[in-house]
Amino acid sequence: MFASRENRMTIAAAAACLGGILLFVGLAAAALLAQSGEGGANGLFDDYIWRVTRFTLLQASLSTVLSILFSIPVSRALARQASFPGRIWMLRLMALPLGLPALVAALGLIEVWGRQGLLNKGLAALGLQQPISIYGLFGILVAHVFFNMPLAARLMLAGLERIPPEYWRSSANLGMGSLAIFRFVEWPAIRGLLPGIAGLVFMLCATSFTLVLTLGGGPAASTIEVAIYQALRFDFDPPRAIALSSLQVVLTGTLLLALKYLAPPPEEGATSGRATRRFDGLSSVSRLVDGAWLVLALLFVGLPFAAIAVSGMQADLARLVGEPAVHRALASSIAIALPSAIISVAMAALMIRTQRLLLARRRRGMPDRLFAGAIGASTSFILLAPPVVLGAGWFLLLRPFGDVARFAPFVVIAINALMALPFVHRVLAPAMATHAARTGRLAASLGVGGFHRLRWIDWPGLRKPLLMAFSFALALSLGDLGAVALFGSQDLATLPWLLYSRMGSYRTADAAGLALLLGLICLVLTMLGTAGEKAEGRRA
Amino acid sequence: MSSVALSLKDVKVRFETNALTFDCAVPAGQIVAVIGPSGSGKSTLFNVIAGFETPEAGKVEVLGEDMAGRMPADRPVSVIFQENNLFAHLDVATNVGLGISPSLSLAPSDRERIEEALARVGLAGFGKRLPPRLSGGERQRVALARTLVRHRPLLLLDEPFAALDPGMRAEMRALLSDLHAEEGNTILLITHHPDDVRRLADSVLFLDQGRIVAHDALDRFLARRDLDAVNRFLGNEEIR
Repeated sequence: MFASRENRMTIAAAAACLGGILLFVGLAAAALLAQSGEGGANGLFDDYIWRVTRFTLLQASLSTVLSILFSIPVSRALARQASFPGRIWMLRLMALPLGLPALVAALGLIEVWGRQGLLNKGLAALGLQQPISIYGLFGILVAHVFFNMPLAARLMLAGLERIPPEYWRSSANLGMGSLAIFRFVEWPAIRGLLPGIAGLVFMLCATSFTLVLTLGGGPAASTIEVAIYQALRFDFDPPRAIALSSLQVVLTGTLLLALKYLAPPPEEGATSGRATRRFDGLSSVSRLVDGAWLVLALLFVGLPFAAIAVSGMQADLARLVGEPAVHRALASSIAIALPSAIISVAMAALMIRTQRLLLARRRRGMPDRLFAGAIGASTSFILLAPPVVLGAGWFLLLRPFGDVARFAPFVVIAINALMALPFVHRVLAPAMATHAARTGRLAASLGVGGFHRLRWIDWPGLRKPLLMAFSFALALSLGDLGAVALFGSQDLATLPWLLYSRMGSYRTADAAGLALLLGLICLVLTMLGTAGEKAEGRRA
Repeated sequence: MSSVALSLKDVKVRFETNALTFDCAVPAGQIVAVIGPSGSGKSTLFNVIAGFETPEAGKVEVLGEDMAGRMPADRPVSVIFQENNLFAHLDVATNVGLGISPSLSLAPSDRERIEEALARVGLAGFGKRLPPRLSGGERQRVALARTLVRHRPLLLLDEPFAALDPGMRAEMRALLSDLHAEEGNTILLITHHPDDVRRLADSVLFLDQGRIVAHDALDRFLARRDLDAVNRFLGNEEIR
C-alpha cells in the first residue's frame, strides 16, 4: 500500500483520538475506583441500592415486553394494509420519537396522561372520581413504550417486508387464513428479530435517565442512573454514587455482551419503500382489526406531539423568545452542541479512515489488527459508560481543583461528543466505505492527496453523509439533559436545563413554549440527519 | 367436464406505462408452453389467472366457471414459482401439508397422503428435512408434491426449472411429464428454453408486447417463420 506521510499522519491522529477517549473514560473510572477505596465497599450494597436495581430491571423488562406486545399488531397492520391513504405519514410519525428530546416527550406525555391531561379529563367526564397519576412506574412505562414501540414496530416492519413476495402468493393460493399466515409466515419472521429488538429496547430502557427523572416522581421509582445523579447532586454521597456506577457498568456490560453473542443487531433496511403486494388483509374483519390497532398507535404516538404543539402555541412565545434567560440558554446550548458535534464527526471520520487504512495493508501485523479492532470496539464500548457515570467520575476528579461548574462545559462537550459517536459512526461508516471503494485507487494513482483530495474528492463525495452525521450529533447534544443535569447551574443553563427548571418551578406555560422550540429544533435536525439514509441505501 | 380448461376473453390489465390484452382458449388436459420476450406479459397472464391481479375488463373462465371476484385460494388453480415456493422455516412434510389444510389441522390419513405424494416425486423419507438443506431441484419437487395433494385441475408453472442445471432440468421435465400423464390436469408452463417447449408442450402460447400473438399446436408453431419475435426466440435467423 501507499504508506505515505499523509496516511501515517491520519493513523497517528486516530491513535490520538482513541487514546483521548480511553484517557477520558479511564480517568473517570479511576477517579471512581480510587474514591471507592476510601469509603470501604462493604456497607454500600444496602437495601436502597438493591431496591433501585430491582426497580431498574423491573421497569426495563416491563417496558420491553409492553413495547414489543404493542409493536407486533401495529407492524402487522402496517405490513398487511400496504396501501391505505396516509400510510407514509403513519410511517413518518413512527420515526419521529427518535428525534424528540426525552424531556420534551415527557412534557407531551404529561399533557396527555397527566392529572390535568386529556385522559383524566375524559375519565372524569365519564364519572371516574380518582384521577390516574402518571408519576411512578406507570408513567415510566408509558414513556418508554412511547419511544420504543415505534422503534420496535419499524424494525419488525422491515423484517416483514423482507419476506419473499412468493410467500404471499403461495399462502393466498393455498388459502391460508389470517391466523395460519401469522403462525406460519409472519411469526417466524418476527421471532427471528425478537432477541435483537428486545435487547436493544431493554438496553435503552435500563439506561434511561431523563424520563425516569421527570416521571419517576420519587425514591420508590428510581433507576440506577437517576440514583447516581441524586447521590451526587442532592445527598453528595460519593461512595454511594461509586457503588451505583460500578453496578451500572456491570449491568450494561453484561447486557452488551449478551446482545453481542445472543442477538444479531436488527437491521432497518429500506422500509416505507415499495410495499410488497399481499393478498390477505382484504377481508373486512382484518381491515377492522388493523384499522383499530393503527388508530390506537396513531393516538398513542401522535397525541403527545399534538399536545406539545398545542400547548406550546398557547404559551407567550413572543415574550419567551425575547427573554434574556432563553437567549443565554440557547447560546450555551449552541456553544456546547456545536463543538461536541464537530468533535464527534471529526473523530468518527478519522477513525473510520484509519481502520480502513490499517485493514487494507497486505501484511497486517498484530499491532495493526489490534489497533483496528480497538477502533471498531470503541464505538460500541462507549455505551458501556453512561453519561451520568462519566460525569460522576469527572465530577469527583475535578472537585479538588475548585468549583466544578467552571470545568463543566468542557466535560459536557466531551461527554456529548462521545455519546454521539456510535450514531455518527453508523451514518458515516457505510458512506465512507462506498466512497473509498469508488475513489481510493483512482485518487492514489493520479497522485491526488492531502488538501487537494479533501477539497476535490472527499468533500464533494462525502459532504452529504458528513452533514447528516453532524446534524444528528447536534440534535443529540442539544436535547441532552443527562450530562448537563449533573453540572447544571446558573452558568451552564442549556435549553433542556432551563426547560427542566421551569417545569420544576411549575411555570408550565413557559415550559410548554420552550418544549415546542426545543422539540422543533431537534426534530428538524434529526430529520436532516436521517433523511438521506434510506435514499442512500436504495442507491447502493 | 368442459373440454376447455381455460378461457380468457378480452381480458385487459393496465399499468402505468403499458396495457395488456389477453385472448385465448386452452383445451383441457394439455401442457401449454407460455413463451415470449421478457416484459411481454407472461407473469401478468399468470397473475390474472391465479387471482393475484384483477383485470380492468374481460372474462376469465377456468373449466367454464367465471373467476370474477374469486380469491386465489378459491380458484381451481395451483401455482409454482421459480423459487421461494416453500416456507424455509417449515419442514418438507409441513410445507406439503399446507396444501391439504392451510391451517395444518391434519388427520393421520393426511400424513399418509403427504408421504405418498413425496414418494411420487422421488423424495420418500424427506418429510422432516428443512428446505434450505435441499437442492434447488429437490425444493421444486416438494412444491410439485404439494400440487399433487391439492388436486387442482389447472397448474401454473412460472419458470420452475430456471434455477436448475441442464441435467436437473431434464429430470424435472421427465417427472412433470409422468405426473401429467397420471393426473390428466392442464398445465401452463412459462419457460425461456426452446428445449422445454419441444419436449413437453402440446401447444404454445406466444406473447409479445402484452398480447398473445400466436396460439398453435407444437408442430405448427415450430414450423412458423412469419413472426419476427418467434424467429428471434427460436433462433430461426441463424438457420436461414
